[in-house]
Amino acid sequence: MQALDDASLEIRDGERLAVVGENGAGKTSLMNVLYGLYQPDRGEVRIGGEAVRLKSPKEALARGIGMVHQHFMLVPSLTVAENVVLGKEPARHGLFDLRAANEHVLATCRRFGFALDPEAPVESLSVGSQQKVEIVKALHRGARTLILDEPTAVLTPQEADELFAVARQLTAAGHTVIFISHKLKEVLAIATRIAVMRRGAVVADVAPGATSVKELAELMVRASPTPLSPSRVEREPPPGAQLPFSPSGAGGEPPPATRPPFSPSGVEGPSTSLRHARGERSSGSDQVEPRTPVLEVTDLTARGSRGRPALQGVSLTVAAGEIVGLAGVDGNGQRELAEVLTGLRPYDAGTFSLGGTVLCNPSPAALRQLGLAHVPEDRLKRAVVGPMSVEENVTLGRQHLPPFARGARIDFAGRRERAARLIADYDVRPPDPTARMVELSGGNQQKVVVARELDATPRLLVAVQPTRGLDVQAVAQVHARLRAERNRGCAVLVVSLDLDELLAVCDRLYVFFEGRVAGEIARARFDERFIGRLMLGARAETDTRD
Amino acid sequence: MLSVLEALVFSTLDYAPALVFAALGAVLSERSGVVNVGVEGMMRAGAFAAAVASLAVPTPLGVVCGMAAGAALAAVHGYLCIRWRSDQVVSGMALNLVALAGGTFLLEALWSPTGTPPIEQLHRWVLPGLDQVPLLRALSGHSSLTYLAAVLPFLFHFALFRTPVGLRVRAVGEKPAAAATLGLSVPALRYGCVVGSGLLAGLGGAALSTSTLDRFEHHMPAGLGFMAVAAMVFGRWTPLGAFGAAAFFALGNALRIGLASSAPGLVEVIPQGFLLTLPYALTLLVLAAQGKKGAAPAALGTPYQPEAR
Repeated sequence: MQALDDASLEIRDGERLAVVGENGAGKTSLMNVLYGLYQPDRGEVRIGGEAVRLKSPKEALARGIGMVHQHFMLVPSLTVAENVVLGKEPARHGLFDLRAANEHVLATCRRFGFALDPEAPVESLSVGSQQKVEIVKALHRGARTLILDEPTAVLTPQEADELFAVARQLTAAGHTVIFISHKLKEVLAIATRIAVMRRGAVVADVAPGATSVKELAELMVRASPTPLSPSRVEREPPPGAQLPFSPSGAGGEPPPATRPPFSPSGVEGPSTSLRHARGERSSGSDQVEPRTPVLEVTDLTARGSRGRPALQGVSLTVAAGEIVGLAGVDGNGQRELAEVLTGLRPYDAGTFSLGGTVLCNPSPAALRQLGLAHVPEDRLKRAVVGPMSVEENVTLGRQHLPPFARGARIDFAGRRERAARLIADYDVRPPDPTARMVELSGGNQQKVVVARELDATPRLLVAVQPTRGLDVQAVAQVHARLRAERNRGCAVLVVSLDLDELLAVCDRLYVFFEGRVAGEIARARFDERFIGRLMLGARAETDTRD
Repeated sequence: MLSVLEALVFSTLDYAPALVFAALGAVLSERSGVVNVGVEGMMRAGAFAAAVASLAVPTPLGVVCGMAAGAALAAVHGYLCIRWRSDQVVSGMALNLVALAGGTFLLEALWSPTGTPPIEQLHRWVLPGLDQVPLLRALSGHSSLTYLAAVLPFLFHFALFRTPVGLRVRAVGEKPAAAATLGLSVPALRYGCVVGSGLLAGLGGAALSTSTLDRFEHHMPAGLGFMAVAAMVFGRWTPLGAFGAAAFFALGNALRIGLASSAPGLVEVIPQGFLLTLPYALTLLVLAAQGKKGAAPAALGTPYQPEAR
């Protein structure tokens, strides 16, 4: 596959360059060329006017180019200092000079205005701090130019602000910083120059003062091939159709054949704006009022994977016809709660009921009987069997029930028919029920998972990071499905590390901090800053703020 | 009573080096991320090669041959697990079977089914002064391997946690991808550790046939390799922890010998077989009591694939 197509990019000393573009536009590929991970088929990299061949990250580092990957390359059990110096250790008489390593980390932190404990194990740090460890590591190896791949994707708004401050310090000290980002708002706030990529090429080079989110978005997607089937676009020209990633969900509406018996026009109104649908919930005529609680959790206590307390008295409810989000920095108990609710993790104390049935450490099968659907975080690990076909995966969980089985035997015809219908409804590509799951892209795998789970018409849907790794089109489709389920009367619980996603789809939010609910916020009071503070441990009187 | 205790300590020290070296070998391999259940086979190869070589050359040289044999077997393990990314447990077990059958075959073909002819045992050092003190007397009269086994765990511990190489080994066992992005060679480090693990396991085997006994016996090392792996787990993958656990298991074995010889009446009450299982049962009990505490290196058993970034 051709990831880059005649892309040219100039990077100037001491600037903060943002590289923006849709998934698959070639941003990461271009950076991987700079970092020596990919070799260009044609074209060259010039540094200071000199043409160079960067055959490995090591050579790129020797030229002063460092990269902070989206998934951190840190050894969790080692300390901050050990991670920083690994591979280039200060030594005295052949022994590892721990003191020199610690002092080096402290000096770098002081220089760029942040704090890290050099002796803390990396696994005990927040994501934001781990990112700083990565930056210190790159600097220790002599990086003058730092490439940050989607650096704010996992950060709270406050942590992102800190990162931006560090970036400013870096460029003030003469370093060059390159960001890859999806978040146009923050790109405008931090970058000194913005390069827009589309279909493997750099198509625009703009100054942040002379552009807007809207203009950047248009530059990113203009003339990109629409993956929507034409009939659907014609059928329902959505407001803002020129932006396929508007969460108004036009792309994700099911075709008429399977549309649930409610009006999909009630999903989101025209007031929806890019990425931040903030409007009140539209008042669809036949929408179920969120009154009947479906999921009720009281004082739930559970331990995490290492036996330490992960949930410390969590109480929450999710009612029919609402989307409730769990916000929080990674590792504050949201994941464990989702595992408890789906029967994958035992809990120690508290009560938990689904649809009025009080449960005691129920099995996943018992929960599914009661109407639970689960879109887990790690698709390939927990949702699908990679080497099996799409149609086989569609049957999992209901393999013993019609239309997938007849008595003790598999109903091959029924299974094929249902799989084909779901593939058509959800626009799974390739549209082949016998394709092996691993051959599908991440977005299409996720479509299969969502299709399977929603096909059972659940009462409660627990979706963990449902759009992780998907591109904007697929994100919009998944969000539209979540809204459609809500409007059908399903109780929807979404766990996500992406606050923007939660703000866009949820009617209500619980913010988690250290295994407790730090705050509960209704949509009308959504405020990114305030939620960010709760995520970092600020206490809030639930819902008393306006 | 004192003499019983003395005999117990002496017997423990006599028997411990084999377990200690093998347990250290297991720690070395697994810290770099390669499961090594082939310790048993490597010990057997070491014990056999050391005894056979010592028939012709001085015993200390024979010990070196034993180490080389263990390392050779480990190199095969490394080649299968690192180069071809085969299942590390299966590879280790296959090597155990090869060593078991190969040793038996050679023994029967060259000498007798029960063991090699006796060799000259490693010199036993009498510590002047100490050998007259009651109780402390038990510390005297062991081969150099016993004294080495008392020192090596500390050196190894220091190397693993206080030297650049040790840091790299730990990094490779925890997150090889991170080490690789920093320009470290994951295969080179892992080969080094696996072969080093074979040297240590071979040394452990050689200790059995040249120091504890004076010949290779057909059942050697009789499950000691597995006890070494258990000692590593019980010691939470640290050299000093494995050392302590290995010493404890050696004590269990000494207890068995002590019970059988000091209280012959007991053997009539308790069948000999039960006494023989004592060290193994002890191992099982300890492992069950410890449970799974998650001290293992995070990347243990996972072949490193550079392209799966």
